[in-house]
Amino acid sequence: MLRRVTIAAAPFDPEADIAAFRKTLIDSGAIVTFTGQVRPSSSDGSVTTLSLQHYPGMTERGIEAMLDQVAERWPLEAVLVIHRVGDMRPHDPIVLVATASAHRRAAFEAADYLMDYLKSRALFWKSETSASGRAWIEPRDEDYADAARWDAYPGGG
Amino acid sequence: MAKLLFFGRLGDLAGGIERSVGLSEPHSVAALIGVLEAGDRLLGSALLEDRVRYALNGTIVDRDAMVADGDELAFLPPVSGG
Repeated sequence: MLRRVTIAAAPFDPEADIAAFRKTLIDSGAIVTFTGQVRPSSSDGSVTTLSLQHYPGMTERGIEAMLDQVAERWPLEAVLVIHRVGDMRPHDPIVLVATASAHRRAAFEAADYLMDYLKSRALFWKSETSASGRAWIEPRDEDYADAARWDAYPGGG
Repeated sequence: MAKLLFFGRLGDLAGGIERSVGLSEPHSVAALIGVLEAGDRLLGSALLEDRVRYALNGTIVDRDAMVADGDELAFLPPVSGG
């Protein structure tokens, strides 16, 4: 499985990265992409800045180890993960996940799994700044439940 | 010196993401937190919360792990990405 992981400190262009990813593929018949972007509003009102912090080195190693599991679990030709860190504005892309496989099911499932991992298990810390100040964001119960779904998955891993 | 890293809201409590401490002898993570707590109770209790994890030189450890000069100890509160 070909893989590319980028922790990006500057804005990126998901459409350009998806196009480049697609050009690298030889055997795949199915490509799934997910783009996450900054929501313009939160429970505290309108968001001016979303900031993401990571632990350089350890964050990347964690994602690589997770991709080892993905490679064992699904027959993918390639995976792309781009995750922003630093300060972002509403509508800026935060994360891009792309998966490619011979048929769609593996690509859908692997992308879903990757996003669940990135939301609640990868080493990132997110804060939102709005009119009422800065607040650190923790995953919702739903995010933890989403990630836990895969622990009991009959495919193992 | 050992390097301490405080991520997420722990960095706000510690007054910065990074801090250096001189250790004349190795300390367990728990003992090191005790030293920090003596200077700042709020920070100390935040570092002891159940959901805070500890990484010593890039590996998750428990509070018995020993920290010596030259080590990097990171305090990891609950994560959130994506």
